[in-house]
Amino acid sequence: MKLWNHYHTPHSIDQALALLNQYQGKAKVVAGGTDLIVELREGHHPIQEALIDVTQIPELTRLTTTDNEIYVGAGITHSEIVKSAVLAARATCLVESCGVIGGPQVRNVGTLGGNVAHALPAGDGTTSLVALDAEAEIVMNGQRRVVPILEMFRGPGQSLIDSTRDVIIGFRFALCGDNEATAFKRIMRPQGVALPILGCATWVRLNPAQTHFEVARLSITPLGPTPGRAAEVEDVLIGQPATDITIEHAIETALQILKPRTSKYRATGDYRKEMIAVLLRRTLQLAVQRARTGQAIPEGIGME
Amino acid sequence: MSKLNITVNGQIHHLDVPESRTLAQVLRYDLGLTGTKIGCEEAECGICTVLVNGTPVNSCIFPAFKAQGREVQTVEGLAHDGELHPIQQNFIEHGAVQCGFCTPGLMMTATALLNENPDPDDHAIKVALKDTYCRCTGYASVIAAIKSAASEMRGEGPLPVNEPDVSEPMHAISRSVPPQYVREKVTGAAKYTDDYCFDGMLFARTLRAAYPHARILSINTEKAKSLPGVVAVLTHADVPGENLHGLVYRDWPVLCGDVVRYIGDAVAIVAAETEDIAAEALKLIEVEYEPLLVVGDPKFAHSPEAPVLHPNHPTGNLLKHIKVRHGDIEQGFAQADYIVEREYRTPTVEHAFLEPECSIGIPPGVEGHEKLTILVGSQIPYQDRNQIALALGLPEEKVRVIGTLIGGGFGGKEDITGQIHVAMLAQATGRPVKMLYTRQESLAVHPKRHATIIRMKTGATKDGKLVAVEAELYGDGGAYASLSDKVMTRATTHATGPYVVPNAKIDCYAMYTNNPPSGAFRGFGVTQSAFAVESNMDMLAEMIGIDPIEFRRINAQKVGTTTATGQVLRESVGLLETLSHVEHDMVTSDGDFRWAWRDGHKAYAWGLACAYKNTGLGGGAPDRAEAEVEAFEDGSVEVRVASADMGQGLAHVVAQCTAEELKLPYNRVRVLLCDTDLTPNGGPTTASRQTFVSGNAARVTSALLREALTRSAAEFLDVPPETLYYEEGLLRHNGKSVELGQLVGWMKANGLSSKVRHEYHAPATQPLGTGGDMHFAFSYATQAALVEVDMETGAVKVLKIIAGTDIGRAINPLMLQGQVEGGIVMAMGNCLTESYIVENGIPWTNLLSRYKMPSIKHAPEIISHLIEDRVSTGPYGAKGVGEICSINTSPAICNAIYHATGVRIFSLPVDQDALLRAIRAGQTEVYTAWHDVR
Ligand SMILES: Cc1cc2nc3c(=O)[nH]c(=O)nc-3n(C[C@H](O)[C@H](O)[C@H](O)COP(=O)(O)OP(=O)(O)OC[C@H]3O[C@@H](n4cnc5c(N)ncnc54)[C@H](O)[C@@H]3O)c2cc1C
Ligand code: FES
Ligand code: FES
Repeated sequence: MKLWNHYHTPHSIDQALALLNQYQGKAKVVAGGTDLIVELREGHHPIQEALIDVTQIPELTRLTTTDNEIYVGAGITHSEIVKSAVLAARATCLVESCGVIGGPQVRNVGTLGGNVAHALPAGDGTTSLVALDAEAEIVMNGQRRVVPILEMFRGPGQSLIDSTRDVIIGFRFALCGDNEATAFKRIMRPQGVALPILGCATWVRLNPAQTHFEVARLSITPLGPTPGRAAEVEDVLIGQPATDITIEHAIETALQILKPRTSKYRATGDYRKEMIAVLLRRTLQLAVQRARTGQAIPEGIGME
Repeated sequence: MSKLNITVNGQIHHLDVPESRTLAQVLRYDLGLTGTKIGCEEAECGICTVLVNGTPVNSCIFPAFKAQGREVQTVEGLAHDGELHPIQQNFIEHGAVQCGFCTPGLMMTATALLNENPDPDDHAIKVALKDTYCRCTGYASVIAAIKSAASEMRGEGPLPVNEPDVSEPMHAISRSVPPQYVREKVTGAAKYTDDYCFDGMLFARTLRAAYPHARILSINTEKAKSLPGVVAVLTHADVPGENLHGLVYRDWPVLCGDVVRYIGDAVAIVAAETEDIAAEALKLIEVEYEPLLVVGDPKFAHSPEAPVLHPNHPTGNLLKHIKVRHGDIEQGFAQADYIVEREYRTPTVEHAFLEPECSIGIPPGVEGHEKLTILVGSQIPYQDRNQIALALGLPEEKVRVIGTLIGGGFGGKEDITGQIHVAMLAQATGRPVKMLYTRQESLAVHPKRHATIIRMKTGATKDGKLVAVEAELYGDGGAYASLSDKVMTRATTHATGPYVVPNAKIDCYAMYTNNPPSGAFRGFGVTQSAFAVESNMDMLAEMIGIDPIEFRRINAQKVGTTTATGQVLRESVGLLETLSHVEHDMVTSDGDFRWAWRDGHKAYAWGLACAYKNTGLGGGAPDRAEAEVEAFEDGSVEVRVASADMGQGLAHVVAQCTAEELKLPYNRVRVLLCDTDLTPNGGPTTASRQTFVSGNAARVTSALLREALTRSAAEFLDVPPETLYYEEGLLRHNGKSVELGQLVGWMKANGLSSKVRHEYHAPATQPLGTGGDMHFAFSYATQAALVEVDMETGAVKVLKIIAGTDIGRAINPLMLQGQVEGGIVMAMGNCLTESYIVENGIPWTNLLSRYKMPSIKHAPEIISHLIEDRVSTGPYGAKGVGEICSINTSPAICNAIYHATGVRIFSLPVDQDALLRAIRAGQTEVYTAWHDVR
């Protein structure tokens, strides 16, 4: 079955915008197509007049480090993220989350931009970008803008941007420095769709003596219609000793305030609660250990 | 149309193709490179994998114009100048090719891996191949093949093949010869139905029911007919013969005219110039329905409130009540010191063969065919022909069914799918017509494994003797009978397990519902009842305080046992031997064996289960197969049977039988399968029967040919026939000899035939209830599973399976081991990952992405022992293997989960969510499965 009529591969953002403009809502941006083309085939969208492939635009395919910051083009594939030594060492959670998306064939074409634009409540790449407190560079309504990652989501499957008109250019975030580290883990079920029961990315900064949590960012998904941070749980950690006891306090708080839902053929709310505890414990312990040792080797790539 | 410049396998192409093409479409349609297969078009199965600039991608979702200016490598590019690539060669050597439909994808993914990593370990291979599925092999051979290829490519030579030990190998029998067509399968030259194209061929699509149960008020096809490019639109009114088909009961309309009974029912069919036009035309067909009350489950079907789905069926929605009565259960339970009674549930399971159904109809007079000809990868070509002929109102001789290669079947390609429809459309249009199901259509249409509800009560004495079994089974037969009658009979007659049970009362109710039909699926109902039997066995063993292995040993069937159907087992009962092999590996060879242990938050445990499974149709059905064997002047021999090879390896089995009887080199024997004009009837490829019946047919017919050849050679050489012997294609008498080919030439010149046709009749069986031999052979198995349960998440992993399988004789040890490994991994899916969910007649499982089968990452270590307890009537002692390896895996895993966690699973597939909640709550029984999470 034909799913689109024309296929364009612009080489600049301006060209891409011009093409989108030309098709007046009847064309969509495509990157790896691992969400879009599958959904087109399932009939979720009408046949597109054109697909605008953004993966040949230099700004979208750049991965550059400046000082303590990194820029990841929206068209960077999950495989490229997994192969990046800088990301593995200093944004480990992103590598761990992009490393478990699909299989190699999907990771070889699927992009971080596509993961964010798809706006699922528990997209794996997205979960880690939230913990990394990333910013997205976008062109929206013809205007270039930089927005905090959490502003990119409007609802389940609903992005701030309209991919018949707008383009995500890339993401920027601070790389982990001394006493900082991240970790990501998720729980899948062996049955049904490839959406995690629960995903959890944590970012921690210890004090210079490495005895206490200084700052923490926790991204647990799905807990609502859009990705979000567990701010009250983060508060429990801040300033407290970086020990298992503190982590257990944080988990207690999480279990009191977070209300995961039951979703059909995925998980019961009760099970998700159990998994919040398990994943917070596992990722926080791992992140603390990584922050202390300054060593981070991504876990679970390609298998979890 | 736009210019697409791509390099494919080193060759530059400048193509003019629509921008809407996917890369797979360009490869298959525009370049004719049909080695790249399509299994789902959802980026799920990975079998469409090709390399773009060296990187593996799913070509089914890869826009062709994304490959503009790039290099593409497909399976056709692996071999050079006829010399196979080490990956191809090692896939053959290590037995990693069964149906072959996944093989191109697996090999391309492996190629990319070895380009990057010349020495991958198991983990690296699993990561690379995680989303490239194979439904046949169980992956162990695939991993071995890739490691061996890597070693060869590093210049260290191939690795040894893990060949199982067998006893008394013969000339060609019990030898691991390569399967037939395997070279074609690894080079991409093998042709499955969708790989055929004919001039002027039309594309067909089917309009399916809009409701699971509804009355059809009107059908209007006018708009569809007037769409340009549409050549024919047919409905029930256009069925020339009887508008029904069905394998056991003819209850299934070719095209529905009055009522639709499930969502996969066909209402109209369209043939058009392109697939897109055909799909467009479906939207223009107007059907008015009056929705009716949906019968969504078998228990409701049995209630008086349920509408009767087949008014002509004498027992209403009760498709069949099957009874086993043996001894006196009241007396039996009165003797019992311990009784266990529980209810078990098993889900509907989908075959998910990787090749979706495809049929091509060719009208008489076209493409050189004299008859209406149907190309199809079917398990039962002669019954296809019969059903096509009846629906078209033609005599059977006017219809020819040619079987193509089959990309997996597992029982799911026994019923009619598109065969009659393409015949009608070819007849109506005078042109060849192809109907290829999408994966999503395949999921909705073909019969599945029966969902069951099984209440099982088992009693034993305190010294561990089984005394009685009482069971009640409900099977969801779905909208049409298909093979429900036979499948549920097998579930019932095997519901005592492979044990001596003096008293039994078993009742099975196969019900009509508005769910997709249920039919044959590897295991044929025994998979379901074995789950209940073997779980009860473990519970009883624990109550009695006896070792589960010992408990089974005490009760095991032996020669002399009378089964619950009254059959006295006279030979070939290898159960105890399978048990002791497994026990040896699990217990004896492990210095400090424990059933269960802990390591941090991981719990580890072993579980064990036994099984038996009949070979052949049994129950009084005449079981026969005919073979034709012909010797040629070039010294080759062709053996012809109309039995299907869906990857399980029937073709090499018959070739080996012929090579054995004529003492010919195996590569001198060709096999022609499944052509109703050229090959005699082999009967259905089901019930693990083909090695036995078609193997015997090939054996006996070849022996008859040998006699004819011997007589001629005696005359030719002028020596007494008794003194002649066969050796490597020669007929010898000391000093004198004649080549087979030369002899055939002499026979021809003298008006003698070098062709023999013979029908083999398997030993007679008796119907259920008459007390005689219901089956002519049973295969036996014991399996032990080692599982790891994450006590914090409930996640279950199978680490190892030890299998002992009594198959009488291993005709091809390596390929047989592949059957065992594949059967085990498929059964792990049944236990842990698979459930085809239907919500009141509407499948939730409408996409492959909603149906997870085991991938390579689930593949456990498998240690397989082949036990060869010969059956005297089998070919060289062989009996069935296809199913026995896939029956007791689920209960072995669940018994292991119980040992690990103290929680027993009563409903499949295992739900880690419920398991964890039970562990937390201190509950010991879980009665819900994954699909109950709502
Ligand atoms: C088998 C399989 C398994 C998967 N498993 C996982 C998983 O485990 N976890 C997970 O999170 N996801 C998973 N996915 C989903 C998917 O692969 C990811 O979400 C992927 O990151 C999407 O990226 P893409 O480049 O393929 O997006 P596309 O499909 O190309 O695009 C997705 C959407 O984003 C828009 N878009 C893409 N790029 C841009 C851009 N730069 N600017 C504006 N709009 C844009 C498109 O218009 C479209 O609406 C899986 C998919 C498959 C097929
Ligand atoms: S992934 Fe492409 S056909 Fe299945
Ligand atoms: S051989 Fe892999 S699917 Fe059949």
